[in-house]
Amino acid sequence: MDPITNPATPDAIFGKQAVCEALADHVAVGAIQHLLLDAKWDRKELTLTVAPENIRAAAQAAKDVGYNFFEDVTAVDWYPAEPRFQVAYSILSMALKQRIRINARLSGDDPRIDSITSIWPSANFYEREVFDLYGIHFAGHPRLTRIMMPDNWNGHPLRKDYPVEGYR
Amino acid sequence: MSNSTLPDLEEAPRQTAYNDAPAGSAPVTDTTGATLAGFRNAEDLIIPGVEDVVEESTSQHHPPGSDPVTSQTMVLNMGPQHPSTHGVLRLVLEVDGETVISCAPDIGYLHTGIEKTAEAKFYSQVTPLTDRIDYICPMTNNTAYALAVEKLLGLEIPERSQYLRVLLNELTRIQSHLVWLGTHAMDIGALTVFLYCFREREDLLRIFEAISGQRMMSSYIRIGGVALEPPADVYDRIRKFLNAFPKHIEEYEGLLNANPIWMGRLKGVGVLSGEEAIALGVTGPPLRASGVDWDLRRDMPYSGYDKFKFNVPVSKDGDVWARYIVRMQEMRESVSICHQALDLLANLRETRLNADAPKIVLPDREQMKTQMESLIHHFKIVTEGFQVPAGEATSSVEAPHGMMNYYVVSDGTAKPYRVHMRNADFANLQALETMCKGRLIADVVAVIGSIDIVLGAIDR
Repeated sequence: MDPITNPATPDAIFGKQAVCEALADHVAVGAIQHLLLDAKWDRKELTLTVAPENIRAAAQAAKDVGYNFFEDVTAVDWYPAEPRFQVAYSILSMALKQRIRINARLSGDDPRIDSITSIWPSANFYEREVFDLYGIHFAGHPRLTRIMMPDNWNGHPLRKDYPVEGYR
Repeated sequence: MSNSTLPDLEEAPRQTAYNDAPAGSAPVTDTTGATLAGFRNAEDLIIPGVEDVVEESTSQHHPPGSDPVTSQTMVLNMGPQHPSTHGVLRLVLEVDGETVISCAPDIGYLHTGIEKTAEAKFYSQVTPLTDRIDYICPMTNNTAYALAVEKLLGLEIPERSQYLRVLLNELTRIQSHLVWLGTHAMDIGALTVFLYCFREREDLLRIFEAISGQRMMSSYIRIGGVALEPPADVYDRIRKFLNAFPKHIEEYEGLLNANPIWMGRLKGVGVLSGEEAIALGVTGPPLRASGVDWDLRRDMPYSGYDKFKFNVPVSKDGDVWARYIVRMQEMRESVSICHQALDLLANLRETRLNADAPKIVLPDREQMKTQMESLIHHFKIVTEGFQVPAGEATSSVEAPHGMMNYYVVSDGTAKPYRVHMRNADFANLQALETMCKGRLIADVVAVIGSIDIVLGAIDR
């Protein structure tokens, strides 16, 4: 049963163990369970955190169980905390009418993660955007170049240590 | 950014042939993890960069002095000032004669850093910024942002506000589709349709002005409800418009449906299959025109859409003509939804408009001037904002151009830690090459018109 409409689902569940128990019959939890580092059910949204090296395996596993539509990928900069970057993938299942979020945390020194363009070609522009605005490197992307900013731009504007009005 | 840190292009060789491996054997693209059997494989669907197109073309060029009448391709730059690119889209096309071999969009000319600016504003100050993203449908942007923040706050919105949002969202959809139809027809050469469409759009903009005080950048839908009570006579004006509008749709169709130029330029052009559309992230009317029956208003209802009865127009053809038909039908469905919303609103006239949250929703002007409590709340909201519980939330609405998602992250302070917008236009643009490959240059113009892009939404 869909956890959103199921009255038995608690409002908020935090932690891998608790989510796996409470949402044991959730398709995405079942498929990605073996890769999970952390999980969260909050505000009727499921967030699954995996290690950066497992992102392609997690994306493929989600796709195999019916999460067929890649919506977007973006990042959040938690500077100065470490691991600094949170990469958030939003994936939709048209058949189940459910959306999941897959998160991965990256270190600030050399932020890199595998590209999922071979699983969903639609990730192409989104990964280029995250690379442009956050400086996160997507290994295996066919052409990782800046998309919004000019090619000779200095810095990555959406990082928290980049001033809102730019460098002067 | 030095080239040495870029990924190795040889790692994933581009394949141009269809993946026709026999069932049971390992798929051709297995090394890269791609198993998109049955249609062009993942690598081939990826739209190239500008450098790829230029390199590909110049690599085949013959040395100076050789016979010019030999097979070599040409690079054609289109935009960013080209009128048919609907704003500031630049396309770099590789053409063989007049046939498009490959095409790369170059975007970012309208990048204004709205996502960065939003991080420096209070939550309520972000609403006017969202107007300017997809500037053809400001009310839809406002709704998507408000829904995301309301999810973070756990705020319940009264029914009257929800239905008012539905009404305005549908009027915005009609308005957006009128801009699309007018400019699309003008690109093809039918100028009259443009004038007719903008005549009706003017009526709608005047209704928006009566409701919010602004024709386009309305900022009307706010966190916790709407900005102010609509004037009493506006419902009759909307009803009058809705009663007249179906006749106008017939008028446009009378100009276009049997027009041989319109049919010749649209039918069979820019074909996109349903599988390709899903793989490329296409949403909205282009997705439904490719035979995928998916509409967020019906499938994942928000803002009380589950109380409304409407059809979702779908076509199986996947060409520019199908997108035209789908959008024309959508306008008719929107009229029906607006009538239902007006009926529902008529029964709720005396009920509460905004959420009961005095620390979040700005007080009524009259109360603010007469009651101390309201004055304090007003002062606090304007000067300090309001704190939003920490967490992350995604809202998703069916905008006129497709799926619009707002991802808002809060760290518990009065300013959003992160606001990310997923606009349909950005993903829909990725399908451009797939739709244009092997077609003529003139068809590129028809295809751009049919995906209805707004560069403000792409570049943000």
